[in-house]
Amino acid sequence: MDENMNRGVTVQQAAAGPSRQVAAGPSRQAIDMADLAEVEDARLRQKTGKSYSQGQLVLRRFRNHQAAMVSAVFLVLIFILAFSSIGWAGIPGWWDKSYLTSSSVVDGGAPTLSLVPQWLGGEGIRWGEHPFGQDNTGKDYFALVMRGTQQSLIIALVVGLVSTVIGATIGAIAGYFRGWVDSLLMRLTDLIIVIPLLVLAAVLGRMTASLNAGIIPLALVLGLVTWTSLARLVRGEVLSLREKEFVAAAVAMGAHPARVIGRHLLPNTVGVIVVNATFAIASAILLETSLSFLGFGVRAPESSLGLLISEYQNAFTTRPWLFWWPGMLILAIALSVNFLGDGLRDAFDPRQGARTARRRRRFGTFGISGREKALDAATAGTTATATDGPAESPRDDETPFTGPADPLGPGR
Amino acid sequence: MSIFGRRNNEGDDAGRAGSRRAGTAGDGAGTATGRSAGPPSSGFSPATGSLGVVQRHPDRDGRPILSFQDVSVTFDTEFGQVEAVKRVSFDIRPGEVVALVGESGSGKSVTSATAMGLLPGNASVSGTVTLGDREVTALDDAGLRRIRGMHAAMVFQEPMTALNPVLTVGDQLTEALNLHGIAFGTEADRRAEELLELVGIPDARNRLKQYPHQFSGGQRQRIVIAMAISCSPEVIIADEPTTALDVTVQAEILELLRSLKNQLNTGILLITHNMGVVADMADRVCVMLRGELVESGEVHQVIQNPQHPYTQRLLASVPRLGAELEVAEPEPVTETQTRVSYAIQSEGMCIEYEHRGRKNRVVHDVDFTVSPGEILGLVGESGSGKSTIAKAVLGLLPVAQGSLKIHGEDLTRLAGGAARRMRKRIGVVFQDPAASLDPRFPIGDVITEPMVIHRVGNRASQMARAYELLDAVKLPRSVVNRYPHELSGGQRQRISIARALTLDPEVLIADEPTSALDVSVQAAVLDMFAELQSRYEFACLFVSHDLAVVDMLAHRVLVLKDGREVEQGPTADVLHHPTQDYTKRLLAAAPVPDPDEQLTKRTERRQLLQSLGETPY
Repeated sequence: MDENMNRGVTVQQAAAGPSRQVAAGPSRQAIDMADLAEVEDARLRQKTGKSYSQGQLVLRRFRNHQAAMVSAVFLVLIFILAFSSIGWAGIPGWWDKSYLTSSSVVDGGAPTLSLVPQWLGGEGIRWGEHPFGQDNTGKDYFALVMRGTQQSLIIALVVGLVSTVIGATIGAIAGYFRGWVDSLLMRLTDLIIVIPLLVLAAVLGRMTASLNAGIIPLALVLGLVTWTSLARLVRGEVLSLREKEFVAAAVAMGAHPARVIGRHLLPNTVGVIVVNATFAIASAILLETSLSFLGFGVRAPESSLGLLISEYQNAFTTRPWLFWWPGMLILAIALSVNFLGDGLRDAFDPRQGARTARRRRRFGTFGISGREKALDAATAGTTATATDGPAESPRDDETPFTGPADPLGPGR
Repeated sequence: MSIFGRRNNEGDDAGRAGSRRAGTAGDGAGTATGRSAGPPSSGFSPATGSLGVVQRHPDRDGRPILSFQDVSVTFDTEFGQVEAVKRVSFDIRPGEVVALVGESGSGKSVTSATAMGLLPGNASVSGTVTLGDREVTALDDAGLRRIRGMHAAMVFQEPMTALNPVLTVGDQLTEALNLHGIAFGTEADRRAEELLELVGIPDARNRLKQYPHQFSGGQRQRIVIAMAISCSPEVIIADEPTTALDVTVQAEILELLRSLKNQLNTGILLITHNMGVVADMADRVCVMLRGELVESGEVHQVIQNPQHPYTQRLLASVPRLGAELEVAEPEPVTETQTRVSYAIQSEGMCIEYEHRGRKNRVVHDVDFTVSPGEILGLVGESGSGKSTIAKAVLGLLPVAQGSLKIHGEDLTRLAGGAARRMRKRIGVVFQDPAASLDPRFPIGDVITEPMVIHRVGNRASQMARAYELLDAVKLPRSVVNRYPHELSGGQRQRISIARALTLDPEVLIADEPTSALDVSVQAAVLDMFAELQSRYEFACLFVSHDLAVVDMLAHRVLVLKDGREVEQGPTADVLHHPTQDYTKRLLAAAPVPDPDEQLTKRTERRQLLQSLGETPY
C-alpha cells in the first residue's frame, strides 16, 4: 500500500513539474485529516478477488431462487424434447412418425405410454408405438403435440423479442425526450391499449394466415400489439432515471441522446425489461392458444396446442388424453415462464424477499453451494463495507446492489 | 375532562402513572389548571403559563429517563450477519441533551431505533434499553405501540417526507392524540392549535387546515416537532433534525428544541454528524465508530479535549471559517489584458423554468465573472438559484435574458458540433456520489467516458489517462474493473472529480461536491480538490451552502438570495467583513464546533437578530 502511495505522489509531481511548482503537497495537518479516508482506501487496496458487477450479483441471486431454477430446467427439457423429437425445419428428429401422416387407429387411439412398473401391478415402463395415443384420423398424437409445443415456443420467443424491443425503445424515447414526442408515443400506446387485444390479434392473425408463411408472421403480429405495458413501465423508469446526476453528467459531457439512452438509461432499466419480457412471453403463449382455439391462429394441418384443445374438446369424456396432453403442456410452459419471471424479479430487487432468500440459501439449490461458498468468501470483503450503509439506517433507500425498485409495479 | 384521563391503565404503567396522571387540564378558553390525580411528584409544574397541552416532566432525582445497557444489534443480510452496534451503554436524564455523533455507518441511527423498537425484522437486539421504568427490549408489539409517541417520540431528518402530503397539518397533529386516547374532536383541534403556537407558527387556527406543501421547510420541521411533543413524551429522539435544513433555519430549529426542552424537561437524544450542532445543543456527547462507543462525556470535555484519536480527527476535519487550503492564485484579468477572455462571464443573466406553460423566473439579473484559474464560490440557501446557475453554465438550461458566455461563446446558442467542442472544455462534479456514477459502468469506463464521447485517443491511451487520473485522486489503479457500489461515498466522489478532469477542462463546475460526504472524508476530498486545482489550474464555479468550505477554497464569493445577488467580492472581504445583513445573518447562523465559542456566537446572533427587529425563532 505504501509503495502504491509513493508511486502515486511521484507520478503527480512528475506530471505537474513543467506547469508550475506544486504547493508542496498537502500540509502535515491535512494528511492527518485524510486518515479516515485513507483507511477506506487501504481497505480498497487490500481487496482482492474478482469484482462482481450488478449483473453478476443478480445472476447469483437468481441461481438461489429454487422455483425459478426448477422452471428453467423444466423449460429447457421441454424445449429439447419438442425440437429433438420430430425435428425442425427439415432436420429429422429421433421420433419416426410425422404429425402430418395418418395411419390406422390402434386400440381406439389410446396412449401406449406407461409409467407404472410391472412389480406394482402395472404394465411396465414403456414408450410404445403411440405414447400419447392417436387422433381421429390415426395421426400420432405425440408428434402433433410436439409440433404444437414447437409452435408455442417459437411464438413465445418471437413475441417476447419483438414486444420487448418495441416497448423498450418507445418507452425510453418517450421518457427521455418528454414533451410532444412523449405525448405522441403515449397516445399511440393508449390507442393500442383501448382496442381489445384478442380482437386486434384475431383480425391481424386472419390477415397473416392468408400469407401461408407459417407461424412467424403471426408471432410478429402478436409482438406488434403486446408491447404497450412494457413501454409504459420503461417510460416511468426512464422518467425517474433521467433526473439522476449520472445522466446530467453524460449530457454535460456532450453525449448524444442515442448514447445516453442506449448506454445509460436502458441498461439501468434492464430489470424491468427482463422481468416484463418473461411475463409477456407467458401471456403470448396463452394468446396464441386462445387465437388458435377460436380459429383465428394456426390452422390444420399445422398443429398448435390451442388448436389441438379446440379440436378435441368434445373428446374430453371419451378420450381424455386428447385434451390433457396439450392442456398440461400449455400449463407447464406458462407456469415455468411465470416462475422464471418471479425469480428474475426477486433477483433484481432483493428488498422484496429478504426472508425467502434466507430460507432458500439454507437449502441450497442444485448442488451449486460449493461455488456459492467461494462467492461468499470473495464478496465478504465487499459487503463488510457496503452493507454498513443499509444496516445503519433502515429507512435509507439506498441499497447497494439493488436494481430498479419494484420492477413490476403496476404491471401485475 | 382530564387530559390524560383516557389513558390506558395497565399494571406496567402503574409506575409512571402517578406522575403522568398529574396532567394539566385545559378548559375551552385554553387556560391551564393543574389538577393532581395522584401524589404530586417533585419538579412538576405546567409547561407554560397559558398552555395546558404539554406538561413539564419530573426530574426523577437524577435517575435516567432513557438508558442503554450493553446494546448490540445484528442484522441478518444476504451476505451473512452484520454487527451494526456493539455493546453500547449510555444514559439520558430528564432535561438533558445527549448527542450521538458518528459518520455514516457508525450505527447511531440503529442505536436510537432500538429505543422505540423500530428496527426491521432482520435485526436481533441484545442488551436492554430502559425507558422510564419500562424495558423496551422486552415489550411486545402492543406495548411498543403504547410507548411510541406517548413516552418517546421521534423527529425525523426530512420534514418533507415525514409529513403526509394528502392530510392537513391539523389531521396529522391530532392523529397521535386520538390514537393514544388523549383528546378527540374539538378538544384535539384546540390542542393542535396550541401545539402549533408553541413551536412558533403564527395564525395557528387557520394554518391547521393547510397541507404540508403550503409550509416552508423550516415550518414543516416545526410541525414535525409539534407532532413529536403532542403526547408529551419524556424523551425525544431527534435523528439529524436539521441536516436537511438551511443554516439559518437550522439555528432557529435548534433554538426551538432548546426552549422546548427547557420548558418541558424532556430528555433529547440528538443524532447528528454535525459537530457545530453538537457544540450548540448537547450537554453530553457519545462518539460512535463502526458500531462501538469510542468516547463519551460532557460536551466541553469531549470537544475541547478529545481523548480518542478518532474524535480528535473528526474535530480536526470540520471545516472552519478562516482556515485555508492552498489553491493556485489566479492570473488577475486587468484592464491592460483585455485580450484575455474570462472563463465564465455572465451579464444580467436571468433564468426561467417553464412549468405547464407558465414561466417562473428563478434567477434575476446576476452578473459575475470567473477568470482562468480562479475559483468562484457560489453561496446561498436552498432556493437561492445557485444550482440553477451551475446548470445554466453547463448548458443544461437556457438563459432567458442577459448573457452567459464561456470563453466568449454562448453555449446554448452554439450549433451541435460547436456545442460539443465547447462541452469538451467543461467538466462537472455533482453532489450525490450515489447517483452521479452509472451503476452499470465499471470505474475505468466511467473515467474514460468523456474521451469515448469525444473520440479522443484509442483504448490504450484512454486507459493510460484513466490510470494517471486515478493516481492523481490517490486511488489504486486496480479499481478500473470495480463497480461504483463497491466504493465508499468519498471514493466515488473522487472518481467523479477524476472523470471531470479527463479532458483537461478549462472550466469545472462543482455543484455541492462534498455536502453528501462525512466530515473526515470531506476534508480529504477538499484537500485533493485544492491540490488538483493548483496543478491543473482550471477555472471553477464552486457551488456550496457551507460557508466554511467556500472560505477554504474560493478566491471570490458570490452570495445569492432568492435568485438575486446579495454580495460579491474577494472571499476575505465577503466572509470576514460582510457588509450586507443577509451575509451577516448567514455567518451568524453557522455553528462552530466549540461549545463556548458557539455560546458567544449564539448570543451575538440573538443580538444581531434583535437589532434587525426579529426574534430568534
